[in-house]
Amino acid sequence: MILQLITSFIAAATFCILFNAPRRALLQCGTSGMVGWLVYLLLDKQWDTVIATFFATVVVGVVSQIFARSFKMPVIIFSVGGVITMVPGGMAYDAMRKFVEKDYIDAVQIATQVLMLSGAIATGLVLSEVLGQMFRRKRKQGL
Amino acid sequence: MESTGIISNSSTHEIIDLCLLAGKIMLQSGAETYRVEDTMIRIADALGFPNAHSYVTPTVIVFATSRTEPAKLFRIAERTTDLQKVSEVNDISRRLCERQITAEEARARLGEVDNAAHAYPIWMQIVAAALTGASFTVMFKGSLWDALPALFVSGLGYAAVIYLHRLVQVKFFAEFGAAFLIGLSTFFSVKYGVGREMDKIIIGSVMPLVPGLLITNAVRDLMAGHLVSGLSKGADAFLTAFAIGTGIGLVLSML
Repeated sequence: MILQLITSFIAAATFCILFNAPRRALLQCGTSGMVGWLVYLLLDKQWDTVIATFFATVVVGVVSQIFARSFKMPVIIFSVGGVITMVPGGMAYDAMRKFVEKDYIDAVQIATQVLMLSGAIATGLVLSEVLGQMFRRKRKQGL
Repeated sequence: MESTGIISNSSTHEIIDLCLLAGKIMLQSGAETYRVEDTMIRIADALGFPNAHSYVTPTVIVFATSRTEPAKLFRIAERTTDLQKVSEVNDISRRLCERQITAEEARARLGEVDNAAHAYPIWMQIVAAALTGASFTVMFKGSLWDALPALFVSGLGYAAVIYLHRLVQVKFFAEFGAAFLIGLSTFFSVKYGVGREMDKIIIGSVMPLVPGLLITNAVRDLMAGHLVSGLSKGADAFLTAFAIGTGIGLVLSML
């Protein structure tokens, strides 16, 4: 488990280097990736992968908004780092490989899973944005 | 149109040019479609064109300042993901809207951002890709013994894609070649006893090349109503995944 956390941190932070994130954002990127992966691993044990991915993405979105507020950088930097560990890129490759190997049934199955997962991530990100906006509006009304 | 001081010293064409430049940098740096459109319209609004329209797809920007003015078009050939540039353009447009900087300053700064090179040197990107590959191998439940070859194979794969993309301008062949190399080197490393599970090493190593973020962005665009952008990003992602899948599949079927 600890190994998983360390590797997810490294994976998210190094991916952000490939995406040319600002140097001072790398640690936060790694952290949001690690948090996302932790939530995903915990939920994946009991629930379906798609649902686990969805909730993990919502958590990543919220964490990224907190980071974006406190470090004054756009949300996209942290949310990209956060979801990159869950994004179904490896599966997309796997689906295509199955197609090339003429294993069509598996290929379609994996491709559908890719679509569901990316839908879950997209919905999760949008939902966390909506949540952030609601929270901000509420705080404004409260003041 | 009331002149707010800013308009008087920069003509309409320069403002349109400024909006297009900001949009171009954002789009080339992989910002979401709605963000690009939003930024351009905000800049135009701040500089005295409240009725501007902007239509953005992954390959083209169309921008009009009003209903009657002719629209301007800008063609985008290449896109990468560059979060630094996205955040800098964001910053410039915010300051411009808050009147902290003038249009001239904004243009100068946007020019700097446009010409700026990748902040990390290539060797560092390759090291980062290598670490990414090794980490993903462990995350996909591979053992630490598989992470070691994945470290080298993914570094090699990323270096190959950079080099091949310079050699042949077609992205498809660069990715195909890199995937082929990844498959081949994984095969030999397993054959000579470094690493055990070939599948885990391969899937970890292709992670830096694979279009996971692109697929997610495509779905996000579709959900936001940017149908053309969403579908074309999806097609782009499909091609990349196909190139990588074919490259690996070819190696596995040959050996």
